Amino acid sequence: MNQNTEEILKIVSDWKGSFCGAYSIRENGQSISRMSSEHIHIEPKKDKPGLDIHVDDGTKGETLAIPACVTVPGLDDVVYNDFFIGKDCDIKIIAGCGVHNDTGEPARHNGIHRFVIGEGSHVLYEEKHIGLGKGIGRKTIDPVTVIEIGKNASMEMDTSQIGGVTDSKRVTRASVADGGRLVVHERLLTEKEQRASTEFAVDMDGKDSSVDLISRSVAKDDSYQAFHSVIRGNAPCSGHSECDAIITGNGKVSASPQLDANDIDAALIHEAAIGKIAGEQILKLKTFGLTEEQAEERIIRGFLK
Amino acid sequence: MLELRNLSWNAPDGRDVLESVNLVIPDKGLMAITGPNGGGKTTLAKIIAGIEKPSQGRIFLDGEDITDLDVTERARKGISYAFQQPVRFKGISVKDLLEIASGDTLDEEHLCLLLSKVGLCARDYEDREVNASLSGGEIKRIEIASVLARHSKIAIFDEPEAGIDLWSFAGLIDAFEDMKGENMAQVIISHQERILRVADRIAVIEKGRIREEGSAVDILPSLLSDAKCPRCPAHGMGGEA
Repeated sequence: MNQNTEEILKIVSDWKGSFCGAYSIRENGQSISRMSSEHIHIEPKKDKPGLDIHVDDGTKGETLAIPACVTVPGLDDVVYNDFFIGKDCDIKIIAGCGVHNDTGEPARHNGIHRFVIGEGSHVLYEEKHIGLGKGIGRKTIDPVTVIEIGKNASMEMDTSQIGGVTDSKRVTRASVADGGRLVVHERLLTEKEQRASTEFAVDMDGKDSSVDLISRSVAKDDSYQAFHSVIRGNAPCSGHSECDAIITGNGKVSASPQLDANDIDAALIHEAAIGKIAGEQILKLKTFGLTEEQAEERIIRGFLK
Repeated sequence: MLELRNLSWNAPDGRDVLESVNLVIPDKGLMAITGPNGGGKTTLAKIIAGIEKPSQGRIFLDGEDITDLDVTERARKGISYAFQQPVRFKGISVKDLLEIASGDTLDEEHLCLLLSKVGLCARDYEDREVNASLSGGEIKRIEIASVLARHSKIAIFDEPEAGIDLWSFAGLIDAFEDMKGENMAQVIISHQERILRVADRIAVIEKGRIREEGSAVDILPSLLSDAKCPRCPAHGMGGEA
């Protein structure tokens, strides 16, 4: 693997020269290294680029890493990864992605991940996206995540775009069965003239299903973000979404949360706040001896933590 | 020692809020600044912290003229300011806030020491976010702990009793009494008799001027007497001492 790939792996997937557990590393449209474990089986798809990953029933405490790196200009990498999680599992999946571009040509990664989570299983899914390199070429990451949460199963999705990505369209769709739970934490930072759009659509189809969707974003400079979430309560269920955004400079954020209560016992809540950093927050940190710039940086770092 | 010489401040509407205030705050001990609402107490605290600029007068810290220094520069000189309504932050934990205040990382032992001084257990609070989930009493205590973390020369507390329950208030009094052992000056803006009772010195501000200033032993009896027999608003403090 090349040096830029190594740099991306360290940032997005905590890579320290090797992975513990099953893994697959994708570099510039190719799987360059892959290893299954006793309970996690990784197979390449036969009909299109990507992987089929099967996790045995009862697999607990294991980790799967599937980072993807784009380090050559002009590449438009599309990959389809399907995860089939058995019953009563408890596993962690790390799926970071980075685009490194030192040229004027565009480069893009489009990862389409589908999860089918078996009854009683819990999945922690971490996804970090970053753009690197000094080139003016577009660094685009368009992740699509489709989630089917089975009976009494749950997924925690921690997704972040931590800088350098010029364009992104982030799409997440989920359905939740009886007693299932989905928790999503999204953190998004855009700066300069970057553009990012986030679309969430969750169907709570099962009795006592729930979703908690928390998005925190910062739009700096001349960047723009659009956020649209739809939570549909199709059964007795509870849904909560919270969208907080900080704007600085000429940053712009458009948020349109949508709640659809299609059942009399669907309890849905949305909270949203968009604005610049409160003056009193900056003042508070100035009374600790920070300058205005240091205070702003520290507040944003905490907000996106 | 902090010395205020002939300080004046005008509100944006031109009203005189402070007029020729002279006050010396010693290096150690607790000075309470009290007086009727609208008398200029909070404005005076903000001027000391650098949040407001005086229209006239000078401020000296240990003989150095700090009048033209901003909030950040004064903080670095050792002036701390605890807000009447502590600020809340999403994503910043109690530990983060105390580390920002101290300017250094804090180990478990140090955190425990700081938070125990305000009656909180580090294990329960260090990872809590300083957000709306904290009660008024909890955030007030954390505000005070953040001032303690700074090793200040002068710590100013603007109405620390505002918005907290009685139980937390008793804890706050204990914290202020304990701080009297620290090597710093405490300035507390307050109307509360229980705070005035633990003060070493009291300054009474009324209509923008220092009406009286001296040891608490000398000042407190007349203040309490005023409170029990409020003067006619047309002639005195307006019954809100």
